[in-house]
Amino acid sequence: MIRLESLTLGYGRKILLREVNADLDGGGLMALLGRNGTGKSTLLRAMAGLGSLQGGRILLDGKVLTDLRPEELARTVAFVTTERVRVPDLKCRDVVALGRAPYTGWTGRLQPHDHRMVEEALDWLGMSGYADRTLDRMSDGECQRIMIARALAQDTPIILLDEPTSFLDLPNRYELGVLLRRLAHDRRKCILFSTHELDIALTLCDSIALIDTPGLLYLPTPQMIAGGHIERLFRNATVSFDSKEMRVKMEGV
Amino acid sequence: MNGGKRTAIRFAGLGLAALLLFVADVLAGDSALSPGEVWGVFAGRETDETVRNIVLSIRLVRVVVAVLIGMALSVSGLQMQTVFRNPLADPYLLGVSSGAGLGVAFFILGAPLLGLGHSPFWQSIGIVGAGWVGAVAVLLLVAVISRYVKNILGVLIMGVMIGYIAGAVIQILQYLSSAEQLKMFYLWSMGSLGHVTSVKLWIMWPMVALGLLLAVYCMKPLNLLLLGEQYARTMGIDVRRARTLIFVSTTLLTGTVTAFCGPVGFLGLAVPHVARMFFHNADHRVLLPGSMLLGIVAMLVCDIIAKTWVLPINSITALLGIPVIVWVVYKNLRFS
Repeated sequence: MIRLESLTLGYGRKILLREVNADLDGGGLMALLGRNGTGKSTLLRAMAGLGSLQGGRILLDGKVLTDLRPEELARTVAFVTTERVRVPDLKCRDVVALGRAPYTGWTGRLQPHDHRMVEEALDWLGMSGYADRTLDRMSDGECQRIMIARALAQDTPIILLDEPTSFLDLPNRYELGVLLRRLAHDRRKCILFSTHELDIALTLCDSIALIDTPGLLYLPTPQMIAGGHIERLFRNATVSFDSKEMRVKMEGV
Repeated sequence: MNGGKRTAIRFAGLGLAALLLFVADVLAGDSALSPGEVWGVFAGRETDETVRNIVLSIRLVRVVVAVLIGMALSVSGLQMQTVFRNPLADPYLLGVSSGAGLGVAFFILGAPLLGLGHSPFWQSIGIVGAGWVGAVAVLLLVAVISRYVKNILGVLIMGVMIGYIAGAVIQILQYLSSAEQLKMFYLWSMGSLGHVTSVKLWIMWPMVALGLLLAVYCMKPLNLLLLGEQYARTMGIDVRRARTLIFVSTTLLTGTVTAFCGPVGFLGLAVPHVARMFFHNADHRVLLPGSMLLGIVAMLVCDIIAKTWVLPINSITALLGIPVIVWVVYKNLRFS
């Protein structure tokens, strides 16, 4: 679904990923893991067509990303950023309806089919009851769900999410993880999300992409755990992670 | 959506208010004409030539100019607030008014040197032309900067800085001016609807109409930009192109109005907020026509007040606009 060909990413002279080749073809739910500052957001933004590449290319659904026109790209990949959008007077239903933009004419008028997609997306995220509320009067978790419903209404084979579980409390994090898994499996989407929640990634995801600077490892979750890569990368003097027991171990506590 | 009916009723109410105020504004004026006499001109009855002239080429032109200003400034205010995602953005924020001011200041100081100063025709055309060139020059500069500065906040800061530079140059020019030139510039900067003749109106309205058409064409990008530039891009909008079109629209609207009538403050900032409150909506398909109508209503009210007490229009728009802005700041501080 997502194919990286000798992809190089970075800012100026700082290289985050160098000549990465990877085929994120597993489908289903995929987590993007990596330490702070290793380029998770940069990679997701590049895949969404928001950043510039220093080298190589990205193929989405078999098509070269940079060759796609804006609306073609918008029909291929949807993106949920970390940005918290709080527009006064903007109703949730209207936010989700904006997801239909790549399919509507110059006025953005929705057809009956588009209305159905919007209601369906709201329903999937369990947000139908919130449709007429405005964004500035909702919690972070509720806003997050609306932005995901918008991505779902965009009806793309690929959905990318940048740290969707940050700002959420523990039950909400797991609930969102389960929801993403259900979307990936039942709706046959390819969903890739970056996260720092190792336990959610390892229990719910079908496969894991791990940034091992300046490379990228991509393996089905069981192999990723067995390979010991996660223990190797997520440790420092005081903390280590046991991926078989899914537990964080601290020294000297 | 069952809000559609309520919105339609509100539009009808606003349209009716605009129509009534239009008539009231035509009837209001300092030369004492009875409503009957004014009506006679429109009904095509035989009327005195002077009355006819006053009504058609002074009163009617002035009211049409007020309508154009109301629409133009409100729409560009709405565009700027959406593009910059800032409730306090306004059409003058990008330095358009100081650009126009700079152009006018250069002309008023420079025209006598070119030997044009004594012909009233060249003087009035020159002021408008110079104001327009100044406004467009600043907007072009901002547009070029926005090609290189990706962050919209950076563009905003550049716009404000350009405005300060223009202001400083204007001060230098004022310092070098004679008392007569200074007065002329000062009168322009207070804003006036009375300087627009029916000939000038024929230059003014097509430019405003073009700006409004562009704004309507940009409705969908404006709606997507509510979620920010990143989201707009991932939903298939060519953000740079949209931004350029919106800037061109704002230049046509604000630049033209400012060149012809001087800087008319606070209307562009206040009206979009009233429209949002009135329609309880953020959709530009409602807000754009809504702001146009509310802008017309607001400007006509201001003009009637200005005519009744013979005051400069700029002070009226400030007195009516600033309470709205204070309310916006209060609301924003309370909720965040």
